[in-house]
Amino acid sequence: MSALRELYQEVILDHGRTPRNFGKPEQVTCESNGYNPLCGDTVTVYLKLKDGIVEDVGFEGRGCAISIASASMMTEILRGKGVAEIRAVFERFHDLMTEENAADEDAFDDEDFEKLTVLSGVREFPMRVKCATLAWHTMQAALKGDYQEVTTE
Amino acid sequence: MMNAVSARTHAAPDMARYRADFPILASRVYDKPLVFLDSAASAQKPQCVIDAVRFCYEHEYANIHRGVYWLSQQATQAYEETRVKVQRFLNAASADEIIFTKGATESINLVAASYGGSTLGAGDEIILSHLEHHANIVPWQLLRQRIGIEIKVAPIDDQGNFLLEEFEKLLSPRTRMVAITHGSNALGTIPPAAEIIRLAHATGAVVLLDGAQGAVHGAVDVQALDVDFYAFSGHKLYGPSGIGVLYGKAALLEAMPPYQGGGDMIRHVTFEKTEFAEIPSRFEAGTPHIAGAYGLSAAIDYVSAIGMETIAAHDQELLAYATARLAEINSLRLIGTAEEKAGILSFELDGVHAHDIGTILDREGIAVRVGHHCAQPLMDRFGVTGTVRASFGLYNNKADIDALVTALGAVREVFG
Repeated sequence: MSALRELYQEVILDHGRTPRNFGKPEQVTCESNGYNPLCGDTVTVYLKLKDGIVEDVGFEGRGCAISIASASMMTEILRGKGVAEIRAVFERFHDLMTEENAADEDAFDDEDFEKLTVLSGVREFPMRVKCATLAWHTMQAALKGDYQEVTTE
Repeated sequence: MMNAVSARTHAAPDMARYRADFPILASRVYDKPLVFLDSAASAQKPQCVIDAVRFCYEHEYANIHRGVYWLSQQATQAYEETRVKVQRFLNAASADEIIFTKGATESINLVAASYGGSTLGAGDEIILSHLEHHANIVPWQLLRQRIGIEIKVAPIDDQGNFLLEEFEKLLSPRTRMVAITHGSNALGTIPPAAEIIRLAHATGAVVLLDGAQGAVHGAVDVQALDVDFYAFSGHKLYGPSGIGVLYGKAALLEAMPPYQGGGDMIRHVTFEKTEFAEIPSRFEAGTPHIAGAYGLSAAIDYVSAIGMETIAAHDQELLAYATARLAEINSLRLIGTAEEKAGILSFELDGVHAHDIGTILDREGIAVRVGHHCAQPLMDRFGVTGTVRASFGLYNNKADIDALVTALGAVREVFG
């Protein structure tokens, strides 16, 4: 059960059950839809940007515990961040999901990012990486003003 | 509930001895014994099938229908013998009515493109059912784009039963084709094929059965059914992937244009004009899956020796047992409880997504399918994006089902 416990940590189950920032914010400047054709899961990410800074963020969708938790935790750290900073976080998160050494938590100085390392257990489950990254790819598309649906395939 | 199950078990044949024929079932995953419950996606292979494929490559491999040398003659003979074997397996009138394809998907595409493309026109209607796999939906939509046919969908009820009366209402003089599953891959429902065919023929429609599941879960007699086209895949019948079958009545096939052009499907080619070969060669362009035919032949011998009725009885016994065991789990909802169904159980657990269940079961060594099972319209019908699906092969036993039930307890442990 150890790899499973690592994957389904209480924090993840909690975000999966009661996702934060779930819903569409009152004001939205950009949004994008994500879709995983393998499982039929969907996510919509909403952003309110002002002067290149995320002022508000929300998401809607249906998915597994991993995808909902990842989306929820992502929304928690985006507020107040600029576009370039978000791109850097996205890249680090992507590495965290796919690269062996990325789990070395000492390497993270950023308190926000440290929260995301709880998702590093996903690396042991290659089939589930797409679940964890769907909301992130969708958020990137929203930032780029790309209104075409993002898919994992 | 349990009494009903045990009442049915006395008729069950002793299938346990066949399990050892499948070497992969001795594997361990994550240091747990493999419990394979995904045969509806693709079945595991008995040693005789593995040996047959290996025998082809080690002793008789060459291209078929071409060489005058010994090897090519051996391979050609084996390939054509497999065709005769499939003819007998389906009780077709002639081996010429058996066309080898990549699988059921290609078989259906062939009918849609060749038969549909040459005989249907704008405004003609075809009827599918709500149970269909994408492989029996999308080829018809491609045809609709090409020539403007109408697609109607025969409904099912909340248990997944095919509604024969509702189907009958959809039939009209414009109905030219009925393409229905002979066993739902997602729910297990077995529609009443004989009645569907009788009703469709009464209005002059031609019928295709998607037998990807149907050919595995019971004996098929295409002449008794009077079905016009029957499609199935080798890999679900314990044979290799990459080889499948289209049965078609000779009179229909003879009137159909080629599906693909290439070698082996011609009589004479010039740059001005090509004369096509007779059936079945006309529909077999290019080098086929030669070793696959060896494997399919061995697979048909294997299931025939056990007996399709015996396999079907075992499947029904496992289905009854699993249905009763899963009913013990309060938070579990079975999706698809049709009166006539094969050994396929789709379900969801309250508050836990199918993918999370699949991951946890995997770590317990249990292989199930999770997701939409290539039947998204059917998932929509039940208001879910996906389900967990356990499906049985002839090698499964009650211990496999017990392991599934125990592992579902582990899911509850994680998710509370």
